Amino acid sequence: MFVIDTITHRLKRGCETMAYPKGPAPALPDRHGGALKVDASKCADGCNACIPVCPTRAIARPPGKPVALDLGRCIFCAACVEVCPTKAITQTGDHRMAVRRREDLVLGESGKEQVRLAVALDEKLRKLFGRSLRLRQVSAGGCAACEADTNVLGTIGWDLGRFGIQFVASPRHADGLLITGAVSKNMELALKKTYDAVAAPKIVIAVGACAIAGGPFIGHPQIHNGASALVPVDLFIPGCPPHPLTILDGLLRLLDRLEDKPRVASGAN
Amino acid sequence: MSASTPFALLANASSLPWAEVPAWPVTEFVRATAGELTRGARLCALFGVPDGAGTRLVAVLAFDADNTLAVARSTPFSGAYPSLTVTHPQAHLFEREVLEQHGLTPMGHPWLKPVRQNNGNAPANGEFFRVDGREVHEVAVGPVHAGIIEPGHFRFQCAGEEVLHLEIALGYQHRGVEEALTGGPHLATMSQMETVAGDTTIAHATAHATLMESLAGTEAPLRAQWLRAIALELERLANHTGDMGALANDVAFLPTSSACGKIRGDFLNLTALICGNRFGRGLVRPGGCRHDLEPERAAQLLERLKTALADTEQAVAWFWDSASVRARFENVGVVFPAQAAEIGLVGPAARACGLVRDVRYDHPAGWHRFAQAPVAVWPGGDVFARARVRSLEIQRSGQYLCEQLAAPAEGDLRSELAPPAPDTLAVALVEGWRGEVCHVALTDAAGRFRRYKIIDPSFHNWTGLALALRGTAISDFPICNKSFNLSYCGFDL
Repeated sequence: MFVIDTITHRLKRGCETMAYPKGPAPALPDRHGGALKVDASKCADGCNACIPVCPTRAIARPPGKPVALDLGRCIFCAACVEVCPTKAITQTGDHRMAVRRREDLVLGESGKEQVRLAVALDEKLRKLFGRSLRLRQVSAGGCAACEADTNVLGTIGWDLGRFGIQFVASPRHADGLLITGAVSKNMELALKKTYDAVAAPKIVIAVGACAIAGGPFIGHPQIHNGASALVPVDLFIPGCPPHPLTILDGLLRLLDRLEDKPRVASGAN
Repeated sequence: MSASTPFALLANASSLPWAEVPAWPVTEFVRATAGELTRGARLCALFGVPDGAGTRLVAVLAFDADNTLAVARSTPFSGAYPSLTVTHPQAHLFEREVLEQHGLTPMGHPWLKPVRQNNGNAPANGEFFRVDGREVHEVAVGPVHAGIIEPGHFRFQCAGEEVLHLEIALGYQHRGVEEALTGGPHLATMSQMETVAGDTTIAHATAHATLMESLAGTEAPLRAQWLRAIALELERLANHTGDMGALANDVAFLPTSSACGKIRGDFLNLTALICGNRFGRGLVRPGGCRHDLEPERAAQLLERLKTALADTEQAVAWFWDSASVRARFENVGVVFPAQAAEIGLVGPAARACGLVRDVRYDHPAGWHRFAQAPVAVWPGGDVFARARVRSLEIQRSGQYLCEQLAAPAEGDLRSELAPPAPDTLAVALVEGWRGEVCHVALTDAAGRFRRYKIIDPSFHNWTGLALALRGTAISDFPICNKSFNLSYCGFDL
């Protein structure tokens, strides 16, 4: 094997980076289902079929109020979709799910059937981070799946570097944190210290059901039920784990690097 | 070998009444366990079961050559007991864990520290083993690491570049998985089993589902067993390919690193083709599988699999053909075969020390009773050997998948399960991509979990990484670490 062979092999493969976001987004796997949509007006009177099947207790229907599904807690098992007799809960196939405010993930009532997609950072932060965002990743009670599908964005297929986004080896080099995991109490100190070590202004991104709300471990005394318990979060990206496309969409949306505008404007900035 | 044991024998994926597990006073229990380990048995699990005012110790052993498992327990006791670690180091972490969970002290244990406990501000920030000397310095790394990796703390004792000793302190990822299982199964249990170690979803989910089926006195339909075996090999392919790329990256051989990073995603997408999730979440359920692999979908899977396998073959060939890569891996991070056997290494790390040890072959359950792949073994115990074993397993898993996809099992995908049998102990082993995944369940009088024990292969193998570093340059830590690529959350639970 000579160097020339290596180079020839590599040239034969050509450019393997996807066209997105200039071209169309790659399709989600057909059984993925994408974001959920909840139309509480379709719920039958007194029906609670979806509530007991949800493993993370993401669905509630307080007496006299419409059903509410918290997509932040959702692990996308679709058990609720299967049992819903009136098709009030449906899969949209949409990969876009990132939001700026926690409450924008609660679906159900009229006008709030779907997630209220994230708006971009304000102008000052966009000027700072829009073309160069350096993130420090902290896994705090993560299972390595959110980590893996964040890592995959660095491979040649996704090539996160082309957007100026990079994961760095020190909080001192970073503009913000990307947190995965339910935030175990044993990581509390490390997470706080890492956050404090990042120079202001800084942003925090919570990736996955665990980092948003504790995921399958919600309520365990050993965890903090997500990153918000310790640090202010600027972007929530749901999933278990989120598809890489969902994570990328969230990052680009935050930096205002996407053409499509949010379906429903969010008040946050 | 197992014929004359006083332990109760059982096969993988089976169960037996708790009352039939032989019970001895703890001194006799330790002596008998040591005797079996000396005769070549392997310690799969050692854990405590609270009983009245005391605690019983339970040992699950594997007689690999006899394809059988063995189990025994002590009578309830509290306080101290003679340490098994003194003669059999493979018990050392188990005994530390028992101390942490039940307060039982193994007398004579050489390094008795907590395993995951929060000690002040962070876990295990107690005394570290220290080497003294004017030239000796200490390097502390973590818990937060310089990449997208789980947290853990490494404490190196170095003389110049050379590592004299490495101590690994984990526990940062502790989410209370085992604690939550007592009184279960609960609504969230299956999702928690799928995230014990997120890159080993299929192996842990299969082990749990197999236990539930065993406790119900049945097994999953054949078609589900076939599908689980397929998903398990896809999981192995994705992780091994990713690690080959990571190893290439750490020796700056970028063509293989780039290619494998992408192909790993291709394998994950094949799992997503089956169930929608790249890590196999939602596929395995007690009683069977939740998604079918219909003929058209199987044909598409096979076609895409063949492309991905050919791409991997090529990317890995560049790597092995390069003398500069081979030279970086040879004689680096050596674990000697005797050490590997002593500390109870499992999976590719053990097979890279020449140990023929593979649950799919030694303790076949599910579909592996009908179809097996040859065990991949390589001598040497160095980074080179671990990479070779991974490389061979990619080939063999690929071959296995092509064969099995061509001969699907027919029939139902899921069966209704009876409630779990009361007062019963069940054991399930699955060969995950890192090695032996072991789940043990003990039910109470109502058929709920009285105790549930999970042993991820990483629990056995972290000690292997620590030993591999001895005498190695600290700058070689990344390739040593990558060649094992162990789970933090699977260890921390």
